[in-house]
Amino acid sequence: MHNNSSMRTPLGHVRGLGSARSGTGHFWLQRVTAVANVILATAFVVIVLALVGKPYDAAMALLSHPVVALLMLLFVASGLIHMRLGMQTIIEDYVHGEGAKVLAVIANTFFTVAVGAASVFAILKIALGG
Amino acid sequence: MADQSRPLSPHLQIYRWSWTMAMSILHRATGAALYLGTLLLAIWLISAASGKASFDAAQWVASSWLGRLVLFGYTFALMHHMVGGLRHFVWDLGHGYDAQQRMNLARLTLFISAPLTVLIWIVAYVVR
Repeated sequence: MHNNSSMRTPLGHVRGLGSARSGTGHFWLQRVTAVANVILATAFVVIVLALVGKPYDAAMALLSHPVVALLMLLFVASGLIHMRLGMQTIIEDYVHGEGAKVLAVIANTFFTVAVGAASVFAILKIALGG
Repeated sequence: MADQSRPLSPHLQIYRWSWTMAMSILHRATGAALYLGTLLLAIWLISAASGKASFDAAQWVASSWLGRLVLFGYTFALMHHMVGGLRHFVWDLGHGYDAQQRMNLARLTLFISAPLTVLIWIVAYVVR
């Protein structure tokens, strides 16, 4: 709704991105990945239970099954995106110095990408028989 | 940051513990724990992808006394954060804001996540 007392332009209202220039993107992506995580984390628990006590060959056979590998990839991806958003919120709540906050938010992204790259590489190496 | 001499709002130790407060803190704490847990998952995946020797080593660590303790904590963190997330969905959909409903939801979170964790471990020991 645009009222005449607002300082914002009509275009700004339509875009609805606010001062952080991201609007409700953070909130919404947190929810979407949360919904995905309920399904994917459940699948992850089932996969881990199926791996309990399995020797190497049987474990590799299970992890290289296309459905298992895909569920693992999706779990890692959705989980890490959700995790990065959550940690960013924690940082913004507790780290008040502007410099430290920016550094922590960048470190959060680096951690996420590093863990994600390592995990995805490992899952693909097992699945594609490296 | 603004002037450091401004009065601060009361911190955690001022408040009487309540179920909703405890579950709110536990939701964030389990989220942070899962954050570190992804590192363990990545290490395990790399170990598994690096051949039989490293896979066996990872399995030995995971099945040790300390490994099982960490994995039990990981299981609870995952289940509690998931059930706590379902509670947030209830709120996102506009329900559960009454005092009694908030209390029931907070209790329900732990009363589902804790037995769920134990159930998963019972299954793990049965299928082993």
